[in-house]
Amino acid sequence: MTMNHEKEVIADTGGLSRRDVLKGGTALGVLSVAGFGTQSLAQAAVPSLPMAFRTEVEVAFRINGAQTALALDPRSSLLDVLRDQLGLTGAKKGCDHGQCGACTVHVDGRRVAACMTLAVQVDDLDVTTIEGLAEGDVLHPMQQAFIDHDALQCGYCTPGQIMAGVACVREGHAGSPQQIREYMSGNLCRCGAYPGIVAAIEDAARVMEG
Amino acid sequence: MKRFDYARPMDLESAVATLSAGGEGTRLIAGGTTMFDLMKLDVEMPGRIVDINNLSELKTMETSGDELRLGALVRMADAAEDARLKAEFPVLSEALWKAASQQLRNMASLGGNLLQRTRCAYFRHGAPFACNKRNPGSGCAAIGGANRSHALFGGSDACIAAYPGDFAVALIAMDALIDVAGPQGRRTIPIAELHRQPGTQPQHDATLSSEEIIVQIRIPANAVGKASTYHKIRDRESYAFAVVSSAAAVRIENGVVADARIALGGVATVPWRASRAEQALIGRRIDAQTAAEAGRIAFEGATPLSHNAFKIELGANVVSDALMIAAGRA
Repeated sequence: MTMNHEKEVIADTGGLSRRDVLKGGTALGVLSVAGFGTQSLAQAAVPSLPMAFRTEVEVAFRINGAQTALALDPRSSLLDVLRDQLGLTGAKKGCDHGQCGACTVHVDGRRVAACMTLAVQVDDLDVTTIEGLAEGDVLHPMQQAFIDHDALQCGYCTPGQIMAGVACVREGHAGSPQQIREYMSGNLCRCGAYPGIVAAIEDAARVMEG
Repeated sequence: MKRFDYARPMDLESAVATLSAGGEGTRLIAGGTTMFDLMKLDVEMPGRIVDINNLSELKTMETSGDELRLGALVRMADAAEDARLKAEFPVLSEALWKAASQQLRNMASLGGNLLQRTRCAYFRHGAPFACNKRNPGSGCAAIGGANRSHALFGGSDACIAAYPGDFAVALIAMDALIDVAGPQGRRTIPIAELHRQPGTQPQHDATLSSEEIIVQIRIPANAVGKASTYHKIRDRESYAFAVVSSAAAVRIENGVVADARIALGGVATVPWRASRAEQALIGRRIDAQTAAEAGRIAFEGATPLSHNAFKIELGANVVSDALMIAAGRA
């Protein structure tokens, strides 16, 4: 995507959503998407830098089972790449400092804060977001349990709560309401839907372990 | 965030060489939970980042022998779940799982955790607030400001920022050793010498050079770990930094204390060992009276600030309770 094209997109927003414009804007910082001429970027070491330092970094990883490759500004957080480059807006940006849990995703099956993860650090790893949790039209038991227990009000924290909840069960940390509260404490809910969230995780744990 | 160049060496030797080659303004990153956070706040503004996550020799955890060896890249969540740590060193396991959230513990490395920087709000916020740790020579807004979370021990006229970590507090009670690799080769330092009090140079938190990498943490597997605890009092029940915490461990022989370890968190500029309180327990039975006395001694010499004098009484009680919990496991 060239600078000129970028200006055109931003100047003429007819038919484009705010998110489309933001995506276009972010691409400026990301330079290129793999499969679209990243070969030259593989050699992008700047000659004046000591060996091994890169200004742009090629990253290949699996996102919800699908292989993807990107050439990234190393500053990019995994969260920004998911939302602005890959169009996966389920993971939410709450605090952007690892304090709220709204951006929780799984990397190689472990829950992490996507906002505190450099995207270049998931190179060759498996990333799963809320979009990858259901099996086709069949919701994951944790998703269904959140619906059954009305475990949300505004819903902003919910994708992070569900991803954290799934990991909490798989880790073996959903053995009691007390343990669920301890191991879900990294996911804040400003609406205060905690009783429903704990009940949903208890329920889903029975199904998942059933 | 300032733009940076990125390198990802594959082994320890090349990581040290890359750090050296990067020169001034080069920082290493592991879990990123401190470094990336502080980069977003413009506290850290490295021009070059060396990512050490591919250093497999730093990822091993060996806890079966006479000495526990925890690689610097072992994640907090994994060390917290180690069966021997849980059974024989509860102070270490508890210090880990009572810190941060499971998401952050899955990311954060043990080595990075030791070096996490203060949570002082003036340090994190920066201008218009003065902070000698962030901008040397600018002053300290906390000394006359909101200092409820600041240090009662180890502060100076330049800085009263508290060391926020838990694991290092537990490790200092266990006399852990830190193996470090650098351009001059390897060296070992006691954990008590890893962190430095602010003095006139609060910008330097640790005694490591910018070209050194923590390789592993070693803990002597003596008998003082089993009867231990990490007692952490927070403003909310979980996922918060310590208001006051205490690592406590005892070894009881013939009904009396043969060895005692007490360290304090949340109240000092560095992980704080309360040696005089430990000594006061030797040869005595642990009961409510001797535990309370040790708690009082642990907070003798504290320098309270305008908003945190309550921590002297609270802290004495935390130490006392920690000793009773630890003794209950003997």
